[in-house]
Amino acid sequence: MRVQKKTVVLDVRHLRTEFGTQERPLVAVDDVSFQVAEGEILGLVGESGSGKSITLRSILGIIRPRGRVAGEILWNGQDLVPLDEARLRRIRGREIAMIFQEPMSSLNPLLTVGLQISENLVAHTDLDARARKARAIELLDLVGIPAARSRLDDFPHEFSGGMRQRVMIAIALASNPKLLLADEPTTALDVTIQDQILRLIQSLSRDLGMAVILVTHDMGVVAETCDRVAVMYGGRLCEIGTTTEVIADARHPYSLGLLRSIPRDVAPRTPLYSIPGAPPALNALPPGCAFSARCPVAGGDCADVRPRLQGAGALRQVACHHLQDALAHFGPREAAQ
Amino acid sequence: MTMPMPMQAGPIPLLSLCALSMRFEKRRSLSDTLARRPQQVVSAVNDVDLDVMPGETLGIVGESGCGKSTLARLIAGLHRPTAGDILFEGKSVVGLKGARRRAYNRRVQMMFQDPYTSLNPRMTVRDTLREAITVHRMRDGAAIDRRVDELLDLVRLPEGAADKYPHEFSGGQRQRIGIARALSLEPTCLVADELVSALDVSIQAQVVNLLIELQDELGLTVLFVAHDLRLVRHVSHRVAVIYLGAIVEIGPSEALFSKPMHPYSKGLLAAAPSLDPSARRRAPALVGELPSPLAIPPGCPFHVRCPHATERCRREKPALRPVGAGMTACHFAETIGDA
Ligand SMILES: Nc1ncnc2c1ncn2[C@@H]1O[C@H](COP(=O)(O)OP(=O)(O)OP(=O)(O)O)[C@@H](O)[C@H]1O
Ligand SMILES: Nc1ncnc2c1ncn2[C@@H]1O[C@H](COP(=O)(O)OP(=O)(O)OP(=O)(O)O)[C@@H](O)[C@H]1O
Ligand code: SF4
Ligand SMILES: [Mg+2]
Ligand SMILES: [Mg+2]
Repeated sequence: MRVQKKTVVLDVRHLRTEFGTQERPLVAVDDVSFQVAEGEILGLVGESGSGKSITLRSILGIIRPRGRVAGEILWNGQDLVPLDEARLRRIRGREIAMIFQEPMSSLNPLLTVGLQISENLVAHTDLDARARKARAIELLDLVGIPAARSRLDDFPHEFSGGMRQRVMIAIALASNPKLLLADEPTTALDVTIQDQILRLIQSLSRDLGMAVILVTHDMGVVAETCDRVAVMYGGRLCEIGTTTEVIADARHPYSLGLLRSIPRDVAPRTPLYSIPGAPPALNALPPGCAFSARCPVAGGDCADVRPRLQGAGALRQVACHHLQDALAHFGPREAAQ
Repeated sequence: MTMPMPMQAGPIPLLSLCALSMRFEKRRSLSDTLARRPQQVVSAVNDVDLDVMPGETLGIVGESGCGKSTLARLIAGLHRPTAGDILFEGKSVVGLKGARRRAYNRRVQMMFQDPYTSLNPRMTVRDTLREAITVHRMRDGAAIDRRVDELLDLVRLPEGAADKYPHEFSGGQRQRIGIARALSLEPTCLVADELVSALDVSIQAQVVNLLIELQDELGLTVLFVAHDLRLVRHVSHRVAVIYLGAIVEIGPSEALFSKPMHPYSKGLLAAAPSLDPSARRRAPALVGELPSPLAIPPGCPFHVRCPHATERCRREKPALRPVGAGMTACHFAETIGDA
């Protein structure tokens, strides 16, 4: 597998991020470990509130209001968790860049687009004014903004939603980051623009070796774009593996249910599978498996004993006590494909 | 050329849109006025003809800003069209007033995407439903509470839900409260604008199942506006593809999704991410962006982005005409569709 030979640039070990008081913590990310290699795109999927954004923010050291981060975040071997703000700032925006979930609110409405890109170049490169302007044009061009030169003096409101999102990407890419954290970069966009942006991210990753963590809740986006995918539930990883493995042959009951509830290969207007119940609140997570309350194959032990991620095949790990039952429960249709 | 024959013996449409158009005048800024720039006009819906049959689900898809919500709001009577007519059971409903307006508003219910903003946070579910029922005098006395219980049962909300407030529910449950409120008025037609778009996939399935079930049970007509093409394909009997405020293709859902005839429909469907990692896309499906509705291109509105456009397309606007199982507005639909 191509992915395996590349150097691991990010190695997250036992990440735990909590809010609230020490006595009654709200654990948003719980014992999460994964790696991302150079040139690799890792998808991070899961329901709303499962901890995807907080995972990315923890890597970047921007958990506000004050959350507590524990574990190790090894960036090219250096642990980011104990770093102070000044040293983090040198890495943030330069080596590691992030595209935030709400693009509209992260552009300054009072500054021209050119100036906002330029600001980022001042902060993270040694380019002079002329070179910055050239680079800004190059970046807008790269993200597919037509007539880039003439649009530097435009304000954000003069751009469409899709174009603003691309400007955000241009800003994130200004410093040639080695790792891009993309939080739902296309969720608010049309499939046509989404298609263009995902292609761009893919080609940057392939051509420049940029590692990417792509947060999404759209399995189609994962299938089209990611090399590997990690599935989160209730702040924990429940399954991680290659995209093909997870999408074609998921093993965790949550991943299986999630994939089953997407209409594909079902007769029109017949009932879709739906995972019973609703996602748990952070303060009501059981000590055992976070999914146990909604799991169709949960046994007596599930709510009390935490399942650990375990190998299921060479490149995949799953955290579930009842893998066989899960396959049997969801099996028939999966097998029919 | 054969024109589609006027409906003879067939079923009578529940809803007919006739050359329906909606233009919004953009407010002029002071500098525009001083420079004597002409008033800008957004053409959100352009000359739409459409019949909706009783009991059918019509899906409506298209890129952001193409006019889906405007069309939905016109049907629900929230905008007054700038041109054209809307017939409901054969009678014009544009400009209805008083009791007849209220009667129409009751029978055609709009459901909104965001259940937070459309539910009053300080009212329990019971109060919300009671209010809807009493305002429209659907029931009185003890029958009101019986109806509330019936409705909650209908949308599969747990017992005890009636006395809770909106914030105590999950997104999917709140969406179901919205549906219960719409159903409390015993409508004939539901207009669902991005009803489930904000919900997680697993919750979407619950709401969509409910919608299909209720429709079959109550014989409702549904207009289903959504950007999730997979979902639209699943729930719709027919689908209309909108581009710059006009229908470019309409046809039976399965036919349209398995073999789109208009180049725009083809591009739109191809851009949607496939769930099969081994079938990753090669060439970009559609280039460029939706032109501004302030300046709709002449001829075929799609010609600026169309890979097949010819001189004729730049000059002559293609009419929506029967092609294959449905209708398509493209001069070359037959050759392109079969390619
Ligand atoms: N500052 C905070 N204080 C307390 N809880 C928080 C805080 N920020 C986030 N959370 C909680 O942490 C959990 C994970 O949030 P996160 O934003 O990572 O979810 P997500 O997976 O990105 O969801 P979505 O898909 O909706 O963006 C949520 O339950 C959220 O309410
Ligand atoms: N009240 C209004 N005043 C002025 N312009 C409007 C108004 N409502 C809609 N428009 C414009 O009409 C066009 C169509 O908008 P509409 O909301 O119908 O699109 P849509 O297809 O629903 O898009 P989306 O998928 O983003 O919801 C847009 O250009 C929009 O800016
Ligand atoms: S009419 Fe011409 S421009 Fe329009 S869609 Fe057909 S080929 Fe393309
Ligand atoms: Mg998030
Ligand atoms: Mg809309």
